[in-house]
Amino acid sequence: MTIVFYLLAAITVAGALAAMLLKNTVHCALALTVAFAGLAIQFLELDAQFAGFAQILVYIGAVAILVVFAILLTRGSETPSEGVFSKTWLAGLAVAAAVFAVLGWAVLNSASALPGETAKPVVSVLEIGNALMDRYVLPLEIVAVLLTSALIGAVIVARHEKGSAK
Amino acid sequence: MIEKADQIFVILLHWILSFLPAAWQPYVGVFICVATIICVFPALFAIAVLLERKGLGRMQNRFGPNRVGPLGIFQPVADGLKSLTKEDIVPTSADAVVHFLAPVFLVVIVFMGYAVLPMGRNMTLVNMDAGLLFFFAMSASTELSVFMAGWSSRNKYSLLGAMRAVAQMISYEVPLLLSSLVIVMMTGSMNLGRIVDAQNQYSWGLPHWYIFTPWGFAAFLLYAIATTAESNRSPFDLPEGESELVAGYFTEYSGFKFALFFLGEYVGMLSVSGLGTTLFLGGWSAPFSFLGWVPSWIWFFGKVMMSICVFIWLRGTLPRMRQDQLMNFAWKFVLPLSLLNLMVAALWRFMGEGLLRWGVCSAILVVAYVVMARVGMSREQFGPRSYRYAE
Repeated sequence: MTIVFYLLAAITVAGALAAMLLKNTVHCALALTVAFAGLAIQFLELDAQFAGFAQILVYIGAVAILVVFAILLTRGSETPSEGVFSKTWLAGLAVAAAVFAVLGWAVLNSASALPGETAKPVVSVLEIGNALMDRYVLPLEIVAVLLTSALIGAVIVARHEKGSAK
Repeated sequence: MIEKADQIFVILLHWILSFLPAAWQPYVGVFICVATIICVFPALFAIAVLLERKGLGRMQNRFGPNRVGPLGIFQPVADGLKSLTKEDIVPTSADAVVHFLAPVFLVVIVFMGYAVLPMGRNMTLVNMDAGLLFFFAMSASTELSVFMAGWSSRNKYSLLGAMRAVAQMISYEVPLLLSSLVIVMMTGSMNLGRIVDAQNQYSWGLPHWYIFTPWGFAAFLLYAIATTAESNRSPFDLPEGESELVAGYFTEYSGFKFALFFLGEYVGMLSVSGLGTTLFLGGWSAPFSFLGWVPSWIWFFGKVMMSICVFIWLRGTLPRMRQDQLMNFAWKFVLPLSLLNLMVAALWRFMGEGLLRWGVCSAILVVAYVVMARVGMSREQFGPRSYRYAE
């Protein structure tokens, strides 16, 4: 378990680092996919089948493709002449550190928030489905409405306005 | 005896494992199963290619391959040797690493899908709780390899082919998932073994396959359309349209890398046929209860090869679609119908037993199909055809 965990963690972190440091933008997108895949296998290692496969389906099958498409359709994959580092990297570092601190704090406090969770829970896909349709139906519906409005918004933005030249 | 013929591969595996120490048995068992899958499906690929070339030849009034061996049956061997001995050319401006990784990634991903397919009674490699989700996660990842191949070649035809392929695969993935979701709704499980078990029942000697219900039949047709588009087969073979794009995203591949793309396409076709068989055609169960003595794996592979024949038949029959027709068809016809089919399946579930639900559900689907087809056709404004000949 631990060896597999460290291997996967190394692969995931290496993928994420490569996504930041590589010069070619498409290479960055592909490296990001490696990080996504590492995370997915990490979920599977924790016996969370649904989360792992959903991660692959959504992040590798859709998000990575979307990123790559956006790169290709906007400005090409050529390396920018001024280098890959943004000028505001200091502010970015501060924001990233803050997010990391909040996440780390939440993870470290999760043990006291959920007392009595000693054994590893075994959750089947059926139970996840029942929970989504039963206890968590309101969050699910809110997310669905949000996604639908995003979809409609994207269509409206992409649509040619009447009268304007194509 | 019947039992033994049915379980022959399982018995064989246990017999081989009995010679090994107990500690090795799980690892060697998995290795043997994986090796079998990796050998059997490329063999079926060779048969499918031969079938396709000869069948297409007949459909187009020519002979097809008939020189190598009796009736040309060794043609796949000759093709394989040729692609192995050919020079592997990488264009100078290509991105060498990504160019190399793309076919490898494709073949690995395509073979992963077989891990969850039940190929016979007790013949599933990994009996996963979320087997269907695993299959779709793997098939969605092939898009990335198509993109990698097209982008890394640095060729406008490759890039155009890859863009077309990815756009098409994303569009048809939605109806693919929605049409399979009906099966999950009715079975209450994503485990492919349980989906087969639910269909492996008989009344009056006839099976309870999902294709023999109104919603199942509609879902099967939608699934067939979506998988044909997903595997870039004719009439959806725009990404490889020879007359426009040379060979699409693998234009710059030669030698064995080209063969790997070819293998990936056919093995992917075999695996979606296998999934379609499992979801709609009862998997390894027999079509009539009195045929139950025939080994289950014969039914599975027979149904898969039948699906391949239908793919070949479609390729020989239908002309290629245009890009706008392809997208309109996906978003304005296939997607609404598959959403409606979800509703119909829910209606079927809550109407209870009886003949009434057959009538109501069939009527809704047929009326929706006819109305949508009529409206779509009237918008296209097809007039009488006029031909202009060279004068």
